[in-house]
Order: sequence, then C-alpha cells, then structure tokens
Amino acid sequence: MKRSLAFISFWNILVKDMRTYYLKPPNISWGIIFPLAWTGMFFIRSGSGLSGIMSLLPGVVALSILFGTTSLLAVTITFEKKSRSFERLLLAPISLEQLLLAKTSGAIIFGVVNAFVPVLMASIIADLRGVKWGYFLAAVVLIAMASTFLGLFIAVAVSEVFEAQTFSNFFRFPMVFLCGLFFPVSKLPIFLRPLSYVLPLTYGADILHGAVNNGSNALPYWLDFLVLAGFSLGLFALSLRNVKRRWIR
Amino acid sequence: MEINIRPIKDERVDNRAFREKAISEINADEVIIVRNLVKSYGPVRAVDGISFSVREGELFGFLGPNGAGKTTTINLLTGLARPDSGEILLAGIDVKKNPAAAKFQIGVVPDESNLYPELSGFDNLCFCAALYGMRKAERQRRARELLEFFGLSEAADRKFGDYSKGMKRKLTIAAGLIHRPRILFLDEPTTGIDVASARQIRQLIAGLNQQGTTIFLTTHYIEEAERLCQRIAFIVSGRIVRVDNLENLLQPLRGQFNLLLTFAEAVNTSGELQEKISSAFPDFIFEWVNGCELRVRSTRPIAVGPLVRFFEDEGCEILEARRIHPSLEEVFVELTGIEAEQMKKEKEIKEKPGQ
Repeated sequence: MKRSLAFISFWNILVKDMRTYYLKPPNISWGIIFPLAWTGMFFIRSGSGLSGIMSLLPGVVALSILFGTTSLLAVTITFEKKSRSFERLLLAPISLEQLLLAKTSGAIIFGVVNAFVPVLMASIIADLRGVKWGYFLAAVVLIAMASTFLGLFIAVAVSEVFEAQTFSNFFRFPMVFLCGLFFPVSKLPIFLRPLSYVLPLTYGADILHGAVNNGSNALPYWLDFLVLAGFSLGLFALSLRNVKRRWIR
Repeated sequence: MEINIRPIKDERVDNRAFREKAISEINADEVIIVRNLVKSYGPVRAVDGISFSVREGELFGFLGPNGAGKTTTINLLTGLARPDSGEILLAGIDVKKNPAAAKFQIGVVPDESNLYPELSGFDNLCFCAALYGMRKAERQRRARELLEFFGLSEAADRKFGDYSKGMKRKLTIAAGLIHRPRILFLDEPTTGIDVASARQIRQLIAGLNQQGTTIFLTTHYIEEAERLCQRIAFIVSGRIVRVDNLENLLQPLRGQFNLLLTFAEAVNTSGELQEKISSAFPDFIFEWVNGCELRVRSTRPIAVGPLVRFFEDEGCEILEARRIHPSLEEVFVELTGIEAEQMKKEKEIKEKPGQ
C-alpha cells in the first residue's frame, strides 16, 4: 500500500507538472529556440567553420540544460508557493523527500530533452560517431539533476517569481564564463580558477568535452561524476532543509 | 462518510435542530485532542499553551479576532507548522510521531481556494485523490460523486481558473473531502464570496456534518458559528478563553435586556454626563462603545422614550435605538473585547487585495 501510494502520488505530480508547465507550447518552443539561439550565436562568433561544432557542442548542451531547468523550476515552484497550491502537496500523506523529487523530476526530464536539441542540430552538419554516448548521457542526466536542484534551492530561498529569475541569473551567468564551457578553465586568470571549481557545471562540462572530443577532459571522469553527484545531493539536502525551515514553520 | 444524498434543500440554513439532537447523541470519542500547544514566531507567542478536544461527529467552531491564533492553530493541527511544544492527537494518532497517518484522517480547506487554475474541476479532484494513493477508476468515480454533490457536474470540464468565487470555494471543499477524511478543517469557508454562495456552502457544511463528518470550523462570521456549531472555542491572543456549547455560552445573557443607542454626532462622554445618566437611570448599566454609540444593559425591559428624552434635554440627538437580543455576538464581545462588526470589516479589508 505504502509503495503504491508513493508511486501513484509521485507519478501524478510528475504528470500534472508536465501537463501544466513543461508541455505548454511556450515552454516547448523555448526548449527548442533557446538551444538553437545558443548554437547559432556561438557558431557564428567562433568563426571556426564546421570544424568548430564539436568544440562548441558540450558548452551549448550544458547551457541548454542549465537555463531550461533553472528557469522553469524556479518559476513554477515559486508560483505554486505564492498561489498556495504548494500547500496542497504539503498536506498530502507523502514524505517531503518524495514530494520534492516528484516536483523536480519533470524539470530533470525537460533538461535532458533540451540537451538533445543541439545534439540533433549538430548531427545534421557534423560527424558525431566519435562521441562516447554513455559518458555523454550520464553527464547530461547529472547536469540536469544538479541544475534542477539548484533551481529548487533558488525557488525555496525566494518568495516572488521575479526574485527567482534574478537570483537564478546570479548563479547562471557566472557559470557561462567560469565553467569551461567554451574555453578551458586553465585559460582563465589564475585568481578566477578557484571559483570555477565551486560551480557544478565545470565538472559536467568537463565530462561532455571528454565524451565529445575524444578524452579532452581536464579531470578524471570518476572525479567529475563524483563531484557532480555530490553537488546534486548537497543542493537537494539543502533545499529539503530550507523547505522544512521556511515553509513548515 | 457517504456522499449519495443531495444538498439540503431547506431555505433556512440552520443546524440548530440537528445540534440539539446531536449534543446528546455525539459519540464521546474525541477525534481531536490538543494539549498544551505552544507556537512562537520570534518574540510573538502565536499560540500560548492551548488545550481542547473535539468529539467525533461534532461541528466545532473556533472563533477569535484577527491575529488571535486561529490559522496558526489550524496549521499546527494539519502539519503545515511545527509546534514548539505540546501534543496533538488526530483520531488517536500522534501528529508528531506519525504525520502521514494523521494526514489520511484529515481534509483541509484553507481560507483561499488553492487548486490549480490550469486544470479542470474534474482533473483537480482526480489529482487531489492521487495524492492519497487512490487508483484511477476510484478517483474518477469519487470526483464525479463529489462534483454532483456540490452541484458542479456541468462545470466539471471547465478550468478551475474560470470558476466563480463561490464555485471555487465549493470545489476546494470537495477537494478536502476527496479521500473521505474523518475530520474536515474549514478555515473561513464563506469569506469573500457572494451571499447566495455563502448560504449554499453553509447548507453543505451542515449536510456534511449531519452525515457524520467531524468539522473544525474557523470563521469571523459570528452568526455563522451560532447557526452551525455545536460547541465553540474562543481564542484571544493565542489563548483559549472559553470552550462550551451554545446553550451554556448564552445562558448568562438570558433575562438580560440590551439596547444600543446611536447618536447623530460624537458625544462628550465626560464624567459629568456619565454621572447624570447613572443617577437618572440607576437600574441600567451604560457602556460607551465609542463616542457615537452607547450600550444600555438591564435585567428588566428598557423603555426607550425616557432615554431619548433625557439625551434630547442634554442636547444629544439620537439617530437610532436598537434592541439587541442575546446572541453569540454578545458573548464574543464580552470575551474578546472586540466588536464583531469591526472584526468582520478588518477581515474583509484584508481579503480585498487578493480578490
């Protein structure tokens, strides 16, 4: 009974969120247009022709996940908290861990789907046969989880939707430049490098670079995976604690 | 709880007849037990060591002025807030030790209609049912049953966001009942909706209670509590000042006569005027509500004529003299020191921005 309650409630929260937020036409188009814009922008700016696609792909994939997940989750949770419909979930006989996992699963799936938009586009104009898809997919899922839990952390920390967006940008924009998405961390000024290593995307981008560009990762895979998983767990635990402290006072 | 009956058709929403019967028939089992409950927010003690119990099948009113601790108490009972100390048992389950099991026993209708605006009425109910682990066929059957009971079948496929306020309220109550809870918490169920919808909701509440659902009701409409509730607790500044049934609450007011005089302009209520009135009418007790209103009390009938003449001689024009029959409002004013009308206005002003 407990297992079936857990599954039914988890599944229905996920399906409801997919229907209400993620599968809405504006979000679908956002999920396609945004990665398309990133790809086009970096491709034109790099001026390296078709050969540059492979070096740009990891960064564009990581950015698509980061922006897709954090934008939607931070807004939807803040919106539900503000309209008090989140209270309805808190009143349900399910654990807080399960509730937050159900609320974040939709965003994780959305992030993974977003990641494959640039991959699809790249597959038209470049040869992706050398990509290590196992590492690539694992990295995409872990980046989506870490970004989603970052979005959750932001959503729990603020009370207004506009605050969620502003606070998200506080984390997102430094990541664009500091995480080795489009140029290696080693080329950053030395005083900025420590900052790179406290941002989860650095590790995700490193795995993606390794998977796409034949082992060009700066850190060992196991370390990247471990740190990324640690970030995901840490952000989830922090959000859980904050929900208990701020929303069930 | 069986929901296969129609809403009560009586024109007059009054649970009194049932209440008289119910008081003697109520099962002695206590489904809500609260002992020494304390909750502070910073330096403010929102709930200050309250204790009370609610019997199975009872419609229990929880009254108090704004900011007295009503919503905090509901939040503590339903698990939306954590007590600093004290004990809460719902249907014999310790809320602190086994919150999930306790949540199965309760349905909660908050003071705002907080369902999902993007989903239809039917989908909202099905979603709420899923949160309690109900399977698809069961939740669809239950949703249809409740939509019919609340007279919302025709609006089942419309988005919740497009419902009127009264319909939203009804669907929110239906959502609270979706898993057949033993106890239903209703926080200000008729606030901010039109008179007809409020009347209909009161009928539904009385009907649900008559079917056996224990109801914990907070309201700032004193007359609503008077009509519906079997027992009432008064909370002031986080403390319960009285818990009793209506009969006992009104008993001290029986045989008492009250008159409220309203003056055209603010009267100088200085000691001199007060002395003059008291010596002219030694059997009456006079209390100034404010500069324009004077409450007169007596244990024998109050003749209005001599009072009007007295004040005319003093140069004070009386606009209205209204006899006040003993009501819960009087008890409320005495216990809380707050005029019920004032509380209602404050609450409605507070509600307005959200409307």
